[in-house]
Amino acid sequence: MNMTTLAAKDEQTKIAVKNLDFFYGKFHALKGINLEIPENKVTAFIGPSGCGKSTLLRIFNRMFELYPEQRAQGEVLLDGENLLTSKQDVALLRAKVGMVFQKPTPFPMSIFDNIAFGVKLFENLSASDMEDRVEWALKKAALWNEVKDKLKQNGASLSGGQQQRLCIARGVAIKPEVILLDEPCSALDPISTAKVEELIIELKQDYTVVIVTHNMQQAARCSDYTAYMYLGDLVEFGATEQIFFKPSRQETEDYITGRFG
Amino acid sequence: MSTSEILLRAAALEQVREQRYASRKRINQLALPLSLLAMGIGLLWLFWILFETVRLGFSGLTLSVLTEMTPAPNDAGGLANAIYGSFLMVCLATFVGTPIGVMAGIYLAEFEPKSALAAITRFVNDILLSAPYIVIGLFVYAVVVTRFKTFSGYAGIASLALIVIPVVIRTTENMLQLVPAGLREAAYALGAPKWKVILSITMRSAQAGVVTGILLAVARIAGETAPLLFTALSNQFWTSSLSEPMASLPVTIFKFAMSPYENWQHLAWAGVFLITLAVLGLNILARVLTRNKL
Repeated sequence: MNMTTLAAKDEQTKIAVKNLDFFYGKFHALKGINLEIPENKVTAFIGPSGCGKSTLLRIFNRMFELYPEQRAQGEVLLDGENLLTSKQDVALLRAKVGMVFQKPTPFPMSIFDNIAFGVKLFENLSASDMEDRVEWALKKAALWNEVKDKLKQNGASLSGGQQQRLCIARGVAIKPEVILLDEPCSALDPISTAKVEELIIELKQDYTVVIVTHNMQQAARCSDYTAYMYLGDLVEFGATEQIFFKPSRQETEDYITGRFG
Repeated sequence: MSTSEILLRAAALEQVREQRYASRKRINQLALPLSLLAMGIGLLWLFWILFETVRLGFSGLTLSVLTEMTPAPNDAGGLANAIYGSFLMVCLATFVGTPIGVMAGIYLAEFEPKSALAAITRFVNDILLSAPYIVIGLFVYAVVVTRFKTFSGYAGIASLALIVIPVVIRTTENMLQLVPAGLREAAYALGAPKWKVILSITMRSAQAGVVTGILLAVARIAGETAPLLFTALSNQFWTSSLSEPMASLPVTIFKFAMSPYENWQHLAWAGVFLITLAVLGLNILARVLTRNKL
């Protein structure tokens, strides 16, 4: 598959996946994945449920290691270093590779503390610096204007869409290099979705964004590169326009045009 | 299919639906009064107990109950030493039992939920949870009282703590299991270490439930006689020394209520009223705590 290497070589590769296999116990969930995710771009993973797109995403921050029966084989290079065999502390990796989940997960604390929680893990900021950081992160997530007068309120008091932006702000606040988004809009209404999508496009100026989505329009709207996966295989990977307008594989076209199955 | 056939089918379907609805309604007419009756029977005893407690206990409740020592038969007195003893032993038993129970619960829910050790712990804990309190009291008698050759407040505390621990283990584990996995993952995804995730995120989410469990455990030990009968025994006088026999409300009630002396019986009812009030208060507090959270 020569589509897995990027056509335009002026882009830096942020994450390179080489011959990656993944197992849930005995179930072979990812089969020989090869993929290069470019820096400061939005890369979308699409495919039917159970195809392994979330699984792939959760390898990038070694989230799967929370579950002892899950294991990955192969190489995932972050800036050239294999993060699967790295001696580096997993916490430091996760400071570099942030993640936002499908369901909004505000922590049981104030809006301010939700943001400060992650920052405090890695930095010693003075009270005023911390206030600046929280404001900065909330502005990045386009939430500041809505919450600036109620920073002491519990994070759970926000609406679903606001909670999800709070989670994005929380991830952004620790200044990662990569942001992983696992179906971030699937629990949101169209207006909140639009806000989050704008935000994703905004974020790629400073971060490498990888998004898993079931929504094809969403992938088309906000990603630069798209990977189509099916049953643990990476079927096709390339520039989003190419995947959507002239895919080289019949399966991809069938899925994108809704003729799948 | 002709139009008339379609209409006929629709009519038949309609008829079946109506029959189903009618039979559902009949079953409801039977089931609803039955369940109301069952509820009424349950509540009747509870309110009867409360009524009798108030009727017999409230009249005996004077200031001297709170300030004077347990009297000799046919003498004036109060329950001060028993109230103090109960308060002290229940507080200390909770103080000893809670951290052990919470930590064991955290281990079961957060560290190795599927390990053999966890399975064994859970099994043993279930046995301990349903062990008759008289057995726990006798165990502490054999291990503590016979060794130190005296009934003591310490033995009473040990006995009560043994009741608190399994309750707290169970509620802590259950409450932590209710915390959605996504919340935990979100905290790990920020690079938080395990202890921080547990303390700041999962325990915090489960806080109200765990506190409720502790309060219910307190309510349970506050009124128990069996675990204290062979351990703290009782004491007619005020003592703060835990190495001596110590008075408690339940044991005093037990002793006084069985006696033929009228003043002791009155005091027993006053004690029953106080305990009921305390247990009721703790239960209401536990309810309020969980309601605000959920």
